[in-house]
Amino acid sequence: MVDFDRSVLGVESAPIHYDVEKGAIRKFVEAIGDPDPIYRDEKAAQGAGFQTIVAPPTFLCTFRAQELPDLKIVFGGRVRLNGGNEYEYYKPVYAGDIVTVTAQYANVAERTGRTGKMVFVFTDLTFTNQHGEVVAKGRNTGIMRE
Amino acid sequence: MSKQQLYYDDVQVGDALPPLVKNPTTRQLVQYAGASGDYYEIHYDHHFAVRSDLKDGVIVHGLLTAGWLAQLITDWLPSPLALKKFGVSYRSMARPGDTITCTGTVVSKYEKDGLHLVDCDIAAENQRDEKCAIGHATVALPRRS
Repeated sequence: MVDFDRSVLGVESAPIHYDVEKGAIRKFVEAIGDPDPIYRDEKAAQGAGFQTIVAPPTFLCTFRAQELPDLKIVFGGRVRLNGGNEYEYYKPVYAGDIVTVTAQYANVAERTGRTGKMVFVFTDLTFTNQHGEVVAKGRNTGIMRE
Repeated sequence: MSKQQLYYDDVQVGDALPPLVKNPTTRQLVQYAGASGDYYEIHYDHHFAVRSDLKDGVIVHGLLTAGWLAQLITDWLPSPLALKKFGVSYRSMARPGDTITCTGTVVSKYEKDGLHLVDCDIAAENQRDEKCAIGHATVALPRRS
């Protein structure tokens, strides 16, 4: 079993606040290549039943959490990869919102795959808007590979 | 763009979502790096990628592939608000110059907590028939009244 500092699990990061800017949403959907006007045009968004321009589902990844304490994982691997992302959605994120994100490490696990030993780091995220509503939760899986 | 309403009653297990095809370029990876704030060099610096044991060079951001899979779902839905859960895990690498085909299939439909939910399996595959990402989505749909 991989050695790491278990006391860091469940320790919540300091909250960090993000202004949700419509220009940032537009640049994000342009980079994905998603032409839906609800992400760009206020009238189109309102016509589709939204208050205003909404953020697309994976825009949550732009709300990075404050750095967490070092897990002090004892592992020689130097390649780190994104293993996966999961989200649960409760409320829309609108342009003009202020989103607060907090994170905590949920677990660390070692597995052996095709390329040898890998260490998985699971991080849980909570996204809250300026009304105190939890808009989404997330789980990121980071992979360290030999 | 007004989308056609999609009703729970009309969705059947086994239905395929309209596929979505993407042709990523290094330029798009730079664009996504800027838009997402993920500046990890393995996504745009060939030499850095090779030094990081990615011998064929730069790879597509996992979350960009996830963005395409989310678009696959939201293109199908009348509103992105119908999306309740979305998860992907990354498998083979997607690279600039690849043709990435995103597909989805309805795997179950059920009622829970007063919502009419539909679960879909989703996948993004390259032209080498490798799955770059696989995942799932749960959407809530209205019933025909």
